[in-house]
Amino acid sequence: MKIVKTKDLVFEYIRRDEEGNVEGITTALDHVDLEVNPGDFIAILGHNGSGKSTLAKHFNAILMPTEGTVRVDGMDTGEQEKVWDIRQRAGMVFQNPDNQIIGQVVEEDVGFGPENMGVPTKEIWERVEESLRAVGMYEYRKYAPNKLSGGQKQRVSIAGVLAMHPKCIVLDEPTAMLDPGGRREVIRAVRALNDVEKVTVILITHYMEEIIHADKVFVMDGGKIAMQGTPREIFSRVEKLKELRLDVPKVTLLAHELKKEGVPLPDGILTVKEFVEALDRLRSGRR
Amino acid sequence: MALILDHVTYEYGNGTELTVRALNDVSLVIPDGQFIGLIGHTGSGKSTLVQHLNGLLTPTSGHIYYNGEDIHDRDFSKKKLRGRVGLVFQYPEHQLFETDVFTDVCFGPKNLGLDKKEVQLRAFQALKQVGLPDDCFYQPPFDLSGGQKRRAAIAGVLAMKPEVLVLDEPTAGLDPKGRDEILDLVSSLRDENGMTVILVSHSMDDVAEYVDRIVVMDRGGVCFDDTPKEVFSHKEELEGMGLSAPQVTDIMHALKKAGWSVDTTVTTLEETKREILKRLAR
Repeated sequence: MKIVKTKDLVFEYIRRDEEGNVEGITTALDHVDLEVNPGDFIAILGHNGSGKSTLAKHFNAILMPTEGTVRVDGMDTGEQEKVWDIRQRAGMVFQNPDNQIIGQVVEEDVGFGPENMGVPTKEIWERVEESLRAVGMYEYRKYAPNKLSGGQKQRVSIAGVLAMHPKCIVLDEPTAMLDPGGRREVIRAVRALNDVEKVTVILITHYMEEIIHADKVFVMDGGKIAMQGTPREIFSRVEKLKELRLDVPKVTLLAHELKKEGVPLPDGILTVKEFVEALDRLRSGRR
Repeated sequence: MALILDHVTYEYGNGTELTVRALNDVSLVIPDGQFIGLIGHTGSGKSTLVQHLNGLLTPTSGHIYYNGEDIHDRDFSKKKLRGRVGLVFQYPEHQLFETDVFTDVCFGPKNLGLDKKEVQLRAFQALKQVGLPDDCFYQPPFDLSGGQKRRAAIAGVLAMKPEVLVLDEPTAGLDPKGRDEILDLVSSLRDENGMTVILVSHSMDDVAEYVDRIVVMDRGGVCFDDTPKEVFSHKEELEGMGLSAPQVTDIMHALKKAGWSVDTTVTTLEETKREILKRLAR
Protein backbone atom coordinates (compact mmCIF):
# COMPACT_ATOMS: atom_id res chain seq x y z
CA MET A 1 0.00 0.00 0.00
CA LYS A 2 1.13 3.55 -0.71
CA ILE A 3 1.86 5.66 2.34
CA VAL A 4 0.51 8.78 0.64
CA LYS A 5 -1.67 8.79 -2.45
CA THR A 6 -3.49 11.76 -3.93
CA LYS A 7 -5.95 11.36 -6.73
CA ASP A 8 -7.20 14.29 -8.79
CA LEU A 9 -6.53 16.55 -5.83
CA VAL A 10 -7.91 20.07 -6.25
CA PHE A 11 -7.75 22.76 -3.60
CA GLU A 12 -9.36 26.16 -4.00
CA TYR A 13 -9.18 29.23 -1.82
CA ILE A 14 -12.10 31.58 -1.88
CA ARG A 15 -10.91 35.19 -1.71
CA ARG A 16 -13.25 37.65 -0.01
CA ASP A 17 -13.22 41.43 0.25
CA GLU A 18 -13.65 43.33 3.54
CA GLU A 19 -17.44 42.90 3.56
CA GLY A 20 -17.09 39.17 3.02
CA ASN A 21 -18.26 39.16 -0.58
CA VAL A 22 -16.58 36.63 -2.80
CA GLU A 23 -13.95 38.32 -4.98
CA GLY A 24 -12.67 35.29 -6.73
CA ILE A 25 -11.37 31.77 -6.44
CA THR A 26 -7.72 30.81 -6.49
CA THR A 27 -6.85 27.27 -7.47
CA ALA A 28 -3.84 26.39 -5.34
CA LEU A 29 -3.74 22.73 -6.35
CA ASP A 30 -4.89 21.69 -9.76
CA HIS A 31 -5.52 17.96 -10.26
CA VAL A 32 -2.49 16.58 -8.49
CA ASP A 33 -1.83 12.83 -8.72
CA LEU A 34 1.02 11.69 -6.54
CA GLU A 35 2.07 8.44 -4.91
CA VAL A 36 4.66 7.84 -2.23
CA ASN A 37 5.97 4.37 -1.39
CA PRO A 38 6.65 3.48 2.25
CA GLY A 39 10.28 4.08 3.21
CA ASP A 40 10.98 6.50 0.36
CA PHE A 41 12.77 9.82 0.63
CA ILE A 42 10.71 12.24 -1.42
CA ALA A 43 11.57 15.86 -2.20
CA ILE A 44 9.13 18.52 -3.34
CA LEU A 45 10.51 21.60 -5.08
CA GLY A 46 8.75 24.62 -6.47
CA HIS A 47 8.91 28.42 -6.42
CA ASN A 48 7.10 30.53 -3.82
CA GLY A 49 3.40 30.23 -4.49
CA SER A 50 3.67 27.05 -6.55
CA GLY A 51 1.45 25.12 -4.15
CA LYS A 52 3.97 22.87 -2.44
CA SER A 53 3.12 23.89 1.14
CA THR A 54 -0.58 23.63 0.38
CA LEU A 55 0.05 20.13 -0.91
CA ALA A 56 2.05 19.21 2.21
CA LYS A 57 -0.76 20.39 4.46
CA HIS A 58 -3.02 17.85 2.81
CA PHE A 59 -0.75 15.01 3.90
CA ASN A 60 -1.76 15.30 7.53
CA ALA A 61 -5.26 16.64 7.14
CA ILE A 62 -4.57 20.28 8.06
CA LEU A 63 -6.31 21.06 4.77
CA MET A 64 -9.03 18.99 3.11
CA PRO A 65 -9.34 18.63 -0.66
CA THR A 66 -11.96 20.69 -2.50
CA GLU A 67 -12.13 17.88 -5.06
CA GLY A 68 -10.43 14.51 -5.33
CA THR A 69 -9.01 12.42 -2.50
CA VAL A 70 -5.92 12.15 -0.34
CA ARG A 71 -5.19 8.83 1.30
CA VAL A 72 -2.60 8.48 4.03
CA ASP A 73 -1.69 4.91 4.85
CA GLY A 74 -4.97 3.90 3.26
CA MET A 75 -7.13 6.36 5.24
CA ASP A 76 -9.13 9.06 3.48
CA THR A 77 -8.32 12.50 5.00
CA GLY A 78 -11.90 13.57 4.24
CA GLU A 79 -13.26 11.30 6.98
CA GLN A 80 -13.50 13.39 10.14
CA GLU A 81 -13.08 10.48 12.57
CA LYS A 82 -9.78 9.45 10.96
CA VAL A 83 -8.08 12.84 11.40
CA TRP A 84 -6.22 11.98 14.61
CA ASP A 85 -5.03 8.65 13.27
CA ILE A 86 -3.78 10.37 10.14
CA ARG A 87 -1.89 13.04 12.06
CA GLN A 88 -0.23 10.32 14.06
CA ARG A 89 0.82 8.48 10.91
CA ALA A 90 2.12 11.56 9.11
CA GLY A 91 3.85 14.11 11.34
CA MET A 92 4.80 17.59 10.25
CA VAL A 93 7.80 19.86 10.92
CA PHE A 94 7.62 23.53 9.92
CA GLN A 95 10.08 26.28 9.03
CA ASN A 96 10.40 28.17 12.28
CA PRO A 97 11.51 26.03 15.25
CA ASP A 98 10.34 28.69 17.71
CA ASN A 99 6.73 28.22 16.62
CA GLN A 100 6.61 24.51 17.35
CA ILE A 101 8.36 24.08 20.68
CA ILE A 102 6.14 24.45 23.73
CA GLY A 103 7.88 22.55 26.56
CA GLN A 104 10.05 24.22 29.19
CA VAL A 105 12.51 21.35 29.00
CA VAL A 106 13.56 19.45 25.88
CA GLU A 107 12.37 16.03 27.07
CA GLU A 108 8.98 17.44 28.12
CA ASP A 109 8.52 18.96 24.72
CA VAL A 110 9.30 15.69 22.98
CA GLY A 111 6.90 13.86 25.31
CA PHE A 112 4.01 16.18 24.49
CA GLY A 113 2.86 14.28 21.41
CA PRO A 114 2.75 10.76 22.88
CA GLU A 115 1.24 12.17 26.10
CA ASN A 116 -1.67 13.58 24.11
CA MET A 117 -2.13 10.24 22.41
CA GLY A 118 -2.63 8.59 25.80
CA VAL A 119 0.57 6.56 25.72
CA PRO A 120 1.37 5.04 29.17
CA THR A 121 3.94 7.11 31.12
CA LYS A 122 6.66 4.49 31.09
CA GLU A 123 6.43 4.13 27.36
CA ILE A 124 6.43 7.93 26.87
CA TRP A 125 9.87 8.07 28.50
CA GLU A 126 11.13 5.24 26.32
CA ARG A 127 9.88 7.00 23.22
CA VAL A 128 11.39 10.33 24.31
CA GLU A 129 14.74 8.69 24.81
CA GLU A 130 14.82 6.84 21.51
CA SER A 131 13.58 9.88 19.57
CA LEU A 132 16.18 12.18 21.08
CA ARG A 133 18.89 9.61 20.38
CA ALA A 134 17.74 9.28 16.78
CA VAL A 135 18.30 13.00 16.14
CA GLY A 136 21.45 13.17 18.27
CA MET A 137 19.97 15.40 20.98
CA TYR A 138 19.89 12.99 23.93
CA GLU A 139 22.63 14.86 25.84
CA TYR A 140 20.44 17.97 25.73
CA ARG A 141 17.33 16.33 27.19
CA LYS A 142 17.42 18.46 30.36
CA TYR A 143 18.08 21.75 28.56
CA ALA A 144 15.62 24.61 28.18
CA PRO A 145 14.80 24.84 24.45
CA ASN A 146 15.59 28.57 24.39
CA LYS A 147 19.21 27.78 25.22
CA LEU A 148 19.61 25.73 22.02
CA SER A 149 20.78 26.82 18.57
CA GLY A 150 18.38 26.89 15.61
CA GLY A 151 19.58 23.55 14.25
CA GLN A 152 19.28 21.94 17.68
CA LYS A 153 15.76 23.30 18.17
CA GLN A 154 14.74 22.00 14.78
CA ARG A 155 16.10 18.55 15.68
CA VAL A 156 14.04 18.67 18.90
CA SER A 157 10.96 19.45 16.77
CA ILE A 158 11.74 16.41 14.64
CA ALA A 159 12.17 14.26 17.76
CA GLY A 160 8.77 15.52 18.95
CA VAL A 161 7.18 14.19 15.78
CA LEU A 162 9.20 10.99 15.92
CA ALA A 163 7.99 10.21 19.44
CA MET A 164 4.50 9.76 18.01
CA HIS A 165 5.91 6.86 15.93
CA PRO A 166 4.76 8.19 12.57
CA LYS A 167 5.23 6.19 9.41
CA CYS A 168 5.84 9.35 7.49
CA ILE A 169 7.33 12.73 8.33
CA VAL A 170 6.65 15.85 6.26
CA LEU A 171 9.19 18.67 6.58
CA ASP A 172 8.23 22.06 5.15
CA GLU A 173 11.45 24.05 4.62
CA PRO A 174 12.98 22.91 7.90
CA THR A 175 16.34 24.57 7.20
CA ALA A 176 15.25 27.95 5.80
CA MET A 177 16.15 29.83 8.97
CA LEU A 178 19.32 27.95 9.90
CA ASP A 179 23.04 28.66 9.51
CA PRO A 180 25.16 26.21 7.44
CA GLY A 181 26.09 24.13 10.51
CA GLY A 182 22.45 23.87 11.58
CA ARG A 183 21.43 22.92 8.08
CA ARG A 184 23.99 20.10 7.98
CA GLU A 185 22.79 18.78 11.37
CA VAL A 186 19.14 18.72 10.38
CA ILE A 187 19.67 17.10 6.99
CA ARG A 188 21.93 14.48 8.54
CA ALA A 189 19.25 13.69 11.14
CA VAL A 190 16.54 13.46 8.47
CA ARG A 191 18.61 11.14 6.31
CA ALA A 192 19.36 8.91 9.29
CA LEU A 193 15.64 8.61 10.06
CA ASN A 194 15.05 7.46 6.55
CA ASP A 195 18.04 5.10 6.30
CA VAL A 196 18.02 3.63 9.79
CA GLU A 197 14.46 3.98 11.10
CA LYS A 198 12.88 3.51 7.65
CA VAL A 199 10.54 6.45 8.18
CA THR A 200 9.12 7.83 4.93
CA VAL A 201 10.40 11.38 4.44
CA ILE A 202 8.75 14.12 2.41
CA LEU A 203 11.06 17.13 2.33
CA ILE A 204 10.10 20.52 0.94
CA THR A 205 13.04 22.82 0.40
CA HIS A 206 14.59 25.63 -1.62
CA TYR A 207 18.09 24.25 -1.12
CA MET A 208 18.87 21.99 -4.05
CA GLU A 209 21.89 20.39 -2.37
CA GLU A 210 19.69 18.87 0.32
CA ILE A 211 17.83 16.55 -1.98
CA ILE A 212 20.50 14.92 -4.13
CA HIS A 213 20.02 11.67 -2.17
CA ALA A 214 16.24 11.62 -2.52
CA ASP A 215 14.58 8.62 -4.19
CA LYS A 216 12.23 10.82 -6.12
CA VAL A 217 11.72 14.54 -6.74
CA PHE A 218 8.46 16.29 -7.60
CA VAL A 219 8.58 19.83 -8.99
CA MET A 220 5.45 21.94 -8.54
CA ASP A 221 4.37 24.88 -10.69
CA GLY A 222 1.00 26.62 -10.74
CA GLY A 223 -0.55 24.00 -8.49
CA LYS A 224 0.40 21.17 -10.83
CA ILE A 225 3.23 18.67 -10.85
CA ALA A 226 5.49 20.06 -13.56
CA MET A 227 8.31 17.51 -13.38
CA GLN A 228 9.01 14.27 -11.57
CA GLY A 229 11.90 11.85 -11.51
CA THR A 230 15.15 10.96 -9.77
CA PRO A 231 17.39 13.85 -8.69
CA ARG A 232 19.70 13.02 -11.60
CA GLU A 233 16.88 13.21 -14.13
CA ILE A 234 15.53 16.43 -12.66
CA PHE A 235 18.86 18.21 -12.28
CA SER A 236 19.92 17.28 -15.82
CA ARG A 237 17.40 19.83 -17.01
CA VAL A 238 19.09 23.02 -15.86
CA GLU A 239 17.31 25.38 -18.25
CA LYS A 240 13.85 23.97 -17.52
CA LEU A 241 14.43 24.37 -13.78
CA LYS A 242 15.55 27.96 -14.25
CA GLU A 243 12.31 28.63 -16.11
CA LEU A 244 10.48 27.35 -13.04
CA ARG A 245 12.43 29.85 -10.87
CA LEU A 246 14.52 27.05 -9.42
CA ASP A 247 18.15 26.15 -9.45
CA VAL A 248 20.46 23.13 -9.41
CA PRO A 249 23.23 22.25 -6.95
CA LYS A 250 26.34 24.43 -7.52
CA VAL A 251 28.43 21.47 -8.70
CA THR A 252 25.74 20.52 -11.24
CA LEU A 253 25.63 24.11 -12.46
CA LEU A 254 29.42 24.24 -12.77
CA ALA A 255 29.43 21.02 -14.83
CA HIS A 256 26.63 22.43 -16.98
CA GLU A 257 28.55 25.69 -17.59
CA LEU A 258 31.72 23.77 -18.46
CA LYS A 259 29.76 21.63 -20.86
CA LYS A 260 28.51 24.74 -22.59
CA GLU A 261 32.17 25.70 -23.07
CA GLY A 262 32.72 22.40 -24.86
CA VAL A 263 34.03 20.20 -22.04
CA PRO A 264 32.52 16.74 -22.62
CA LEU A 265 31.02 16.07 -19.18
CA PRO A 266 27.99 13.82 -18.55
CA ASP A 267 24.62 15.39 -17.64
CA GLY A 268 23.28 15.44 -14.11
CA ILE A 269 26.45 15.39 -12.01
CA LEU A 270 25.17 15.68 -8.45
CA THR A 271 28.12 15.45 -6.08
CA VAL A 272 31.62 16.84 -5.83
CA LYS A 273 32.91 13.26 -5.93
CA GLU A 274 31.20 12.57 -9.26
CA PHE A 275 32.52 15.83 -10.64
CA VAL A 276 36.12 15.05 -9.69
CA GLU A 277 35.81 11.54 -11.12
CA ALA A 278 34.41 12.85 -14.39
CA LEU A 279 37.28 15.32 -14.75
CA ASP A 280 39.77 12.58 -13.86
CA ARG A 281 38.36 10.39 -16.62
CA LEU A 282 38.75 13.27 -19.09
CA ARG A 283 42.37 13.75 -18.05
CA SER A 284 43.32 10.07 -18.29
CA GLY A 285 41.42 9.74 -21.57
CA ARG A 286 43.69 12.30 -23.14
CA ARG A 287 46.94 10.76 -22.06
CA MET B 1 30.56 59.30 5.42
CA ALA B 2 31.68 56.45 7.55
CA LEU B 3 30.03 54.53 10.34
CA ILE B 4 32.53 53.66 13.05
CA LEU B 5 32.20 51.23 15.94
CA ASP B 6 34.79 51.83 18.61
CA HIS B 7 35.30 49.06 21.19
CA VAL B 8 31.59 48.28 21.43
CA THR B 9 30.53 45.80 24.11
CA TYR B 10 26.93 44.90 24.80
CA GLU B 11 25.49 42.83 27.63
CA TYR B 12 21.94 41.55 27.96
CA GLY B 13 20.39 41.29 31.41
CA ASN B 14 22.96 43.67 32.80
CA GLY B 15 23.43 43.61 36.57
CA THR B 16 21.61 40.28 36.99
CA GLU B 17 22.93 36.76 37.34
CA LEU B 18 21.91 36.01 33.79
CA THR B 19 24.19 38.57 32.17
CA VAL B 20 25.17 37.50 28.69
CA ARG B 21 27.84 39.31 26.75
CA ALA B 22 26.45 39.42 23.22
CA LEU B 23 29.10 41.73 21.79
CA ASN B 24 32.65 41.71 23.00
CA ASP B 25 34.86 44.68 22.18
CA VAL B 26 33.87 45.08 18.53
CA SER B 27 35.64 47.72 16.47
CA LEU B 28 34.71 48.22 12.83
CA VAL B 29 34.99 50.95 10.21
CA ILE B 30 32.28 50.92 7.57
CA PRO B 31 33.21 53.34 4.77
CA ASP B 32 30.72 54.71 2.24
CA GLY B 33 29.63 52.64 -0.70
CA GLN B 34 30.98 49.30 0.51
CA PHE B 35 29.04 46.05 0.13
CA ILE B 36 29.70 44.07 3.29
CA GLY B 37 28.65 40.53 4.15
CA LEU B 38 28.15 39.83 7.84
CA ILE B 39 28.24 36.11 8.62
CA GLY B 40 28.29 33.96 11.74
CA HIS B 41 26.35 31.06 13.22
CA THR B 42 23.03 31.59 15.02
CA GLY B 43 23.75 33.36 18.29
CA SER B 44 27.13 34.77 17.24
CA GLY B 45 26.00 38.36 17.78
CA LYS B 46 25.19 39.47 14.19
CA SER B 47 21.70 40.75 14.92
CA THR B 48 22.81 42.46 18.13
CA LEU B 49 25.54 44.22 16.17
CA VAL B 50 23.12 45.29 13.47
CA GLN B 51 20.74 46.78 16.03
CA HIS B 52 23.52 49.04 17.26
CA LEU B 53 24.01 50.59 13.85
CA ASN B 54 20.90 52.75 14.03
CA GLY B 55 20.81 53.17 17.78
CA LEU B 56 18.12 50.60 18.62
CA LEU B 57 20.49 49.21 21.25
CA THR B 58 22.88 51.31 23.32
CA PRO B 59 26.31 49.79 23.93
CA THR B 60 27.16 48.81 27.51
CA SER B 61 30.56 50.32 26.77
CA GLY B 62 32.20 51.80 23.69
CA HIS B 63 31.00 54.32 21.11
CA ILE B 64 29.39 54.42 17.69
CA TYR B 65 30.10 57.35 15.38
CA TYR B 66 28.10 58.32 12.34
CA ASN B 67 29.75 60.97 10.16
CA GLY B 68 32.05 61.80 13.03
CA GLU B 69 29.32 62.31 15.62
CA ASP B 70 28.67 60.01 18.56
CA ILE B 71 25.14 58.69 17.98
CA HIS B 72 24.47 58.49 21.71
CA ASP B 73 25.35 62.14 22.35
CA ARG B 74 22.52 64.02 23.95
CA ASP B 75 22.06 66.48 21.07
CA PHE B 76 22.37 63.88 18.31
CA SER B 77 19.06 63.24 16.55
CA LYS B 78 18.30 59.51 16.63
CA LYS B 79 15.28 60.10 14.46
CA LYS B 80 17.43 61.49 11.69
CA LEU B 81 19.85 58.59 12.10
CA ARG B 82 17.05 56.08 11.58
CA GLY B 83 16.23 57.75 8.30
CA ARG B 84 19.87 57.45 7.26
CA VAL B 85 20.57 53.91 8.41
CA GLY B 86 17.74 51.73 7.11
CA LEU B 87 17.24 48.37 8.75
CA VAL B 88 15.38 45.55 6.99
CA PHE B 89 14.66 42.87 9.57
CA GLN B 90 14.25 39.14 8.98
CA TYR B 91 10.93 38.34 7.33
CA PRO B 92 10.17 42.07 6.89
CA GLU B 93 6.89 41.22 5.18
CA HIS B 94 5.47 40.34 8.60
CA GLN B 95 5.64 44.04 9.36
CA LEU B 96 3.44 45.16 6.47
CA PHE B 97 0.29 46.44 8.11
CA GLU B 98 -1.45 49.03 5.94
CA THR B 99 -4.48 48.33 3.78
CA ASP B 100 -2.54 48.76 0.55
CA VAL B 101 1.09 48.55 -0.50
CA PHE B 102 1.48 52.22 -1.43
CA THR B 103 0.22 53.50 1.94
CA ASP B 104 2.50 51.06 3.69
CA VAL B 105 5.55 52.35 1.85
CA CYS B 106 4.51 55.94 2.72
CA PHE B 107 4.69 55.18 6.44
CA GLY B 108 8.46 55.66 6.80
CA PRO B 109 8.90 58.97 4.95
CA LYS B 110 5.68 60.31 6.54
CA ASN B 111 7.25 59.77 9.95
CA LEU B 112 10.34 61.68 8.86
CA GLY B 113 8.01 64.70 8.76
CA LEU B 114 8.16 65.26 5.00
CA ASP B 115 5.26 66.94 3.18
CA LYS B 116 2.66 64.81 1.51
CA LYS B 117 3.85 65.35 -2.04
CA GLU B 118 7.42 64.39 -1.21
CA VAL B 119 6.21 61.34 0.75
CA GLN B 120 4.19 60.07 -2.20
CA LEU B 121 6.97 60.79 -4.67
CA ARG B 122 9.45 58.82 -2.58
CA ALA B 123 7.05 55.92 -2.10
CA PHE B 124 6.47 55.78 -5.83
CA GLN B 125 10.21 55.88 -6.59
CA ALA B 126 10.97 53.19 -4.00
CA LEU B 127 8.32 50.85 -5.41
CA LYS B 128 9.73 51.39 -8.90
CA GLN B 129 13.25 50.74 -7.60
CA VAL B 130 12.36 47.34 -6.18
CA GLY B 131 10.67 46.45 -9.44
CA LEU B 132 7.13 45.81 -8.23
CA PRO B 133 4.62 45.90 -11.10
CA ASP B 134 2.32 48.99 -11.05
CA ASP B 135 -0.85 46.97 -10.56
CA CYS B 136 0.44 45.81 -7.16
CA PHE B 137 0.68 49.34 -5.73
CA TYR B 138 -2.91 49.60 -4.53
CA GLN B 139 -3.42 45.96 -3.64
CA PRO B 140 -3.58 44.75 -0.04
CA PRO B 141 -0.11 43.46 0.90
CA PHE B 142 -1.60 40.03 1.65
CA ASP B 143 -2.51 39.51 -2.00
CA LEU B 144 1.13 39.64 -3.09
CA SER B 145 3.41 36.63 -3.42
CA GLY B 146 6.17 35.98 -0.88
CA GLY B 147 8.87 37.58 -3.02
CA GLN B 148 6.70 40.59 -3.85
CA LYS B 149 5.82 41.16 -0.20
CA ARG B 150 9.48 41.17 0.66
CA ARG B 151 10.15 43.74 -2.06
CA ALA B 152 7.31 45.91 -0.76
CA ALA B 153 8.84 45.78 2.72
CA ILE B 154 12.26 46.72 1.38
CA ALA B 155 10.65 49.60 -0.54
CA GLY B 156 9.29 50.86 2.80
CA VAL B 157 12.86 51.29 4.02
CA LEU B 158 14.20 52.65 0.70
CA ALA B 159 11.54 55.36 0.69
CA MET B 160 13.36 56.94 3.62
CA LYS B 161 16.38 57.31 1.29
CA PRO B 162 18.89 55.74 3.63
CA GLU B 163 22.64 56.11 3.07
CA VAL B 164 23.30 52.77 4.73
CA LEU B 165 21.05 49.79 4.12
CA VAL B 166 21.27 46.85 6.51
CA LEU B 167 19.45 43.65 5.54
CA ASP B 168 19.10 40.76 7.98
CA GLU B 169 18.81 37.59 5.90
CA PRO B 170 16.74 39.11 3.12
CA THR B 171 16.57 35.88 1.13
CA ALA B 172 15.42 33.41 3.82
CA GLY B 173 12.50 31.33 2.59
CA LEU B 174 12.59 32.65 -0.99
CA ASP B 175 12.89 30.40 -4.02
CA PRO B 176 16.23 30.45 -5.89
CA LYS B 177 15.04 32.94 -8.51
CA GLY B 178 13.61 35.17 -5.78
CA ARG B 179 16.95 35.01 -3.97
CA ASP B 180 18.82 36.16 -7.07
CA GLU B 181 16.32 38.95 -7.72
CA ILE B 182 16.64 40.41 -4.22
CA LEU B 183 20.44 40.20 -4.28
CA ASP B 184 20.63 41.78 -7.74
CA LEU B 185 18.37 44.56 -6.50
CA VAL B 186 20.56 45.22 -3.47
CA SER B 187 23.67 45.10 -5.59
CA SER B 188 22.26 47.64 -8.05
CA LEU B 189 21.29 49.99 -5.19
CA ARG B 190 24.94 50.03 -4.25
CA ASP B 191 26.22 50.43 -7.81
CA GLU B 192 23.75 53.07 -8.95
CA ASN B 193 23.06 55.06 -5.78
CA GLY B 194 26.34 54.52 -3.97
CA MET B 195 24.50 53.13 -0.97
CA THR B 196 26.47 51.30 1.70
CA VAL B 197 25.02 47.81 2.06
CA ILE B 198 25.43 45.40 4.95
CA LEU B 199 24.07 41.95 4.21
CA VAL B 200 23.57 39.50 7.06
CA SER B 201 23.44 36.05 5.51
CA HIS B 202 23.70 32.34 6.15
CA SER B 203 24.39 31.60 2.53
CA MET B 204 28.12 31.54 1.87
CA ASP B 205 27.47 31.17 -1.85
CA ASP B 206 25.45 34.40 -1.99
CA VAL B 207 27.98 36.30 0.07
CA ALA B 208 30.85 35.08 -2.11
CA GLU B 209 29.14 36.13 -5.32
CA TYR B 210 28.18 39.65 -4.27
CA VAL B 211 30.16 41.38 -1.51
CA ASP B 212 33.51 43.25 -1.36
CA ARG B 213 34.25 42.47 2.24
CA ILE B 214 33.21 39.85 4.77
CA VAL B 215 33.00 40.29 8.52
CA VAL B 216 32.79 36.99 10.39
CA MET B 217 31.36 37.01 13.92
CA ASP B 218 31.91 34.32 16.52
CA ARG B 219 30.93 34.46 20.19
CA GLY B 220 30.27 38.19 20.10
CA GLY B 221 33.57 39.16 18.53
CA VAL B 222 34.86 39.77 15.02
CA CYS B 223 37.17 36.92 14.06
CA PHE B 224 37.77 37.64 10.39
CA ASP B 225 37.38 40.88 8.46
CA ASP B 226 38.72 40.74 4.93
CA THR B 227 37.97 40.10 1.24
CA PRO B 228 35.91 36.98 0.43
CA LYS B 229 39.02 35.29 -0.99
CA GLU B 230 41.01 35.82 2.17
CA VAL B 231 38.16 34.87 4.55
CA PHE B 232 37.19 31.71 2.68
CA SER B 233 40.79 30.51 2.64
CA HIS B 234 40.17 29.73 6.32
CA LYS B 235 37.83 26.88 5.38
CA GLU B 236 38.54 24.67 8.38
CA GLU B 237 38.18 27.43 10.97
CA LEU B 238 34.89 28.50 9.38
CA GLU B 239 33.55 24.94 9.49
CA GLY B 240 34.56 24.74 13.15
CA MET B 241 32.33 27.77 13.77
CA GLY B 242 29.26 26.18 12.16
CA LEU B 243 29.85 28.02 8.88
CA SER B 244 31.27 26.79 5.60
CA ALA B 245 33.13 27.86 2.49
CA PRO B 246 31.19 28.41 -0.76
CA GLN B 247 30.48 25.16 -2.57
CA VAL B 248 32.77 26.06 -5.44
CA THR B 249 35.67 26.43 -3.00
CA ASP B 250 34.89 22.93 -1.69
CA ILE B 251 34.97 21.61 -5.25
CA MET B 252 38.43 23.10 -5.79
CA HIS B 253 39.72 21.57 -2.56
CA ALA B 254 38.43 18.16 -3.70
CA LEU B 255 40.13 18.56 -7.09
CA LYS B 256 43.39 19.50 -5.43
CA LYS B 257 43.18 16.39 -3.24
CA ALA B 258 42.71 14.29 -6.38
CA GLY B 259 45.97 15.62 -7.73
CA TRP B 260 44.86 18.61 -9.82
CA SER B 261 47.02 21.68 -9.37
CA VAL B 262 44.13 24.13 -9.12
CA ASP B 263 43.82 27.44 -7.29
CA THR B 264 41.75 26.78 -4.15
CA THR B 265 41.14 30.46 -3.38
CA VAL B 266 38.36 30.89 -5.94
CA THR B 267 34.99 31.85 -4.47
CA THR B 268 32.64 32.47 -7.39
CA LEU B 269 31.23 30.19 -10.07
CA GLU B 270 32.70 32.27 -12.90
CA GLU B 271 36.22 32.12 -11.42
CA THR B 272 35.93 28.38 -10.86
CA LYS B 273 34.84 27.80 -14.43
CA ARG B 274 37.75 29.84 -15.81
CA GLU B 275 40.24 28.09 -13.53
CA ILE B 276 39.10 24.61 -14.60
CA LEU B 277 39.08 25.55 -18.29
CA LYS B 278 42.62 26.84 -17.89
CA ARG B 279 43.77 23.55 -16.33
CA LEU B 280 42.02 21.49 -18.99
CA ALA B 281 43.65 23.49 -21.78
CA ARG B 282 47.12 22.41 -20.68
